[in-house]
Amino acid sequence: MKEILSGNEAIARGAYEAGVMVATAYPGTPSTEILENIIRYNEVDASWSPNEKVALEVAMGASFAGARTLVAMKHVGVNVAADPLFTLSYTGIKGGLVLVTADDPEMHSSQNEQDNRNYAKFAKVPMLEPADSRECKEFTRLALELSEAYDTPVMLRTTTRISHSKSIVELENRVSGLPAPALVSNAAKQVMLPTNAKVRHPLVEARMAKLAEAANSMAVNRMEMRDTAMGIITSGVCYQYVREVFPNVSTLKLGLVNPLPLSLIRDFAAKVDRLFVVEELDPCIEEQVKALGIPVSGKDFLPLCGELSPGRIRAAFASIGVGTEKASMPVGEALAPTLPGRPPNMCPGCPHRGVFYALNRLKAYVTGDIGCYTLGFLPPLSSMETCVCMGASIGNATGAVKVVPEEEKRKVVAVIGDSTFFHSGVTGLMDMVYNKAPSTVVILDNRITAMTGRQDNPASGYTLMNEPAHKVDIPLLCSSLGVKHVRVVNPYDLEETKQALKEEMERPETSVIITDKPCVLIKREGVFQRGPLCSVDVEACIGCRACLGLGCPAIQWRPAEGKKGVPFIDAGLCTGCDVCRQLCTFNAIRRAQ
Amino acid sequence: MSDKVTNLLLVGVGGQGILLASEILSETFMLAGFDVKKSEIHGMSQRGGSVVSHVRYGREVFSPIVPEGEGDILFGFELMETCRYLPLLKPGGTVVANDLRIPPPSVLMGKDVYPEGIADRIGAEFPDFLLVDGQKLAMEAGNPRAANTALLGAVSRRLDVAEDYWLQALEKMVPRKALEVNRKAFLLGRGL
Repeated sequence: MKEILSGNEAIARGAYEAGVMVATAYPGTPSTEILENIIRYNEVDASWSPNEKVALEVAMGASFAGARTLVAMKHVGVNVAADPLFTLSYTGIKGGLVLVTADDPEMHSSQNEQDNRNYAKFAKVPMLEPADSRECKEFTRLALELSEAYDTPVMLRTTTRISHSKSIVELENRVSGLPAPALVSNAAKQVMLPTNAKVRHPLVEARMAKLAEAANSMAVNRMEMRDTAMGIITSGVCYQYVREVFPNVSTLKLGLVNPLPLSLIRDFAAKVDRLFVVEELDPCIEEQVKALGIPVSGKDFLPLCGELSPGRIRAAFASIGVGTEKASMPVGEALAPTLPGRPPNMCPGCPHRGVFYALNRLKAYVTGDIGCYTLGFLPPLSSMETCVCMGASIGNATGAVKVVPEEEKRKVVAVIGDSTFFHSGVTGLMDMVYNKAPSTVVILDNRITAMTGRQDNPASGYTLMNEPAHKVDIPLLCSSLGVKHVRVVNPYDLEETKQALKEEMERPETSVIITDKPCVLIKREGVFQRGPLCSVDVEACIGCRACLGLGCPAIQWRPAEGKKGVPFIDAGLCTGCDVCRQLCTFNAIRRAQ
Repeated sequence: MSDKVTNLLLVGVGGQGILLASEILSETFMLAGFDVKKSEIHGMSQRGGSVVSHVRYGREVFSPIVPEGEGDILFGFELMETCRYLPLLKPGGTVVANDLRIPPPSVLMGKDVYPEGIADRIGAEFPDFLLVDGQKLAMEAGNPRAANTALLGAVSRRLDVAEDYWLQALEKMVPRKALEVNRKAFLLGRGL
């Protein structure tokens, strides 16, 4: 049967077909839908982990017990999982283990665009790179087979344009007859004391050498000879762009991007007059081709930053006299650039909005974190000074209060969401208390991992497979870490929120404020509830624009109405959060009775 | 089947249902026997931001994104966003746009005004331009939420794919209880 699947759906399907029994992940764009789709298959035990390191450790445990496993994360997640990954390379596996890294060139939804092909070389593990959904499915299975054949974890690297593109895939049945998992002692291989690890390292080197030799004849590394005046080595989505722009050029399409098939590359280079490498981000392939002493060009004219596209490749080649750029500027160009931008925004009724409004008014120095609330950086809330990686807000605050003058210490507030707090904020808070940093941490608990599309987490009360689960008691957790001042506030009560922030910011000790209203997008019954809707009394409104300071998408300024213009509240968007009504000093916003 | 690949761009505001519309298009092309690829961005951009989805079909499709300046049809769910992505279209390309204005944050806050006369400007550069009142057609079909399907109907007329495949795709992708209204909305749009 044929279906149109995204790269992520195809990876989930591939894992199912290949007999995967355990799948773990922490949500992160563009990888999230892999696990969201794998729950369609009852044979797979799928779970969200609190972070990527735990996800890999769980997958590793299942693999040591003999099960085929998949672990998925976004590119920066591999930084978190790098600790187990590098030593897993030494222990090897029992059941096949594939680690999916979904990279994000162009930073569509990320804080950096690191090229995780470097990890494969660094950790000395093989890496496959699919070029469409069909290959996503096939390579997932191949990764598991290579994993078992070479006793190694295998990385599968996608990029946003592979993960979130759909193409046609032929579905197959799940394999059967795989060995049943069981506890088997294999301590010398799995206990990485120096004495054991010293035995393992040479085996890792031998494994990679053997793989490099085998790579020359693997079907996934494919020479396609067409016109030989030019040859292009490429992989992943770049292969598709190259075929689009240069349909008659010879290509060496690499499916295995670590280790590289060096003899095959030499053969290909000998067959073409001019050799190029087309790859996004780092010159990972190009540098290795150059190390062979083969003349090749790529990053001398192709961009190092951002993703490639047919147009960008065409323009880069045109700049060195190969082919031509499209003759004229696109026709619509003259109309487009004068338009107002449309940046993302917090939803109407988002419980974070009032908190950032209060922080803005208190002139707090906010160390931020990763989640929807990072949008608190944008105007008009404009209250975030740092946002670097998951959990960093708390450490950033601790560091700042170590060095700034006494009166400035009172201004420092760390802001972090529930899921991010569980991911890597808990240790930061432990440190804040332990090392006596007088700062305030606001935990924006909206009961869900919102930015990536509402995934459950250890405080949401449900697992990925929608089974009821224990909810972490966040106040109790903070107290047990030694935080003496923990309070829970209703973020829709502007005065309560502002007062709590003011008091805790003034306190020369570590304190935690937890907001307790759920994300407005949670669909599970009874979690989010709309309140009575708000509307503007046009007679009472003096047009002061104070309510616009919230940046709520439900409030629209109408300049032509009233004396100086009036706001209008869209009843289709308003959730009745009531925050705008509380900040109107003229009592011009009313709640429906 | 010729080697020609047809390029569609669906653009609008996050939350408007663009992804579902592009799924229905892709499904239709697959049912009609074409190779299909589609691409879009999820995540941060969906929080009310500007959204673009690429759908390409033909005998064999390579790139999942439409090469810049080679779009055949721009399918706009909102006027200003339709205008924003015009540079992706080829000269003489087709524009089918919903007659709907969603103000961006700067306009909501009174810092910018929503540009005037967008439809006229699009029409002046692209003679093959159809402005559709999706909302009105949807009401006529019986449910304001079927506006996207009515627009899809209007787009379908401009593509060489038999009506049967469109209706089969709708049947597969739209929930059963909403199917009849959506069928009706689709055919109303297709009649334009």
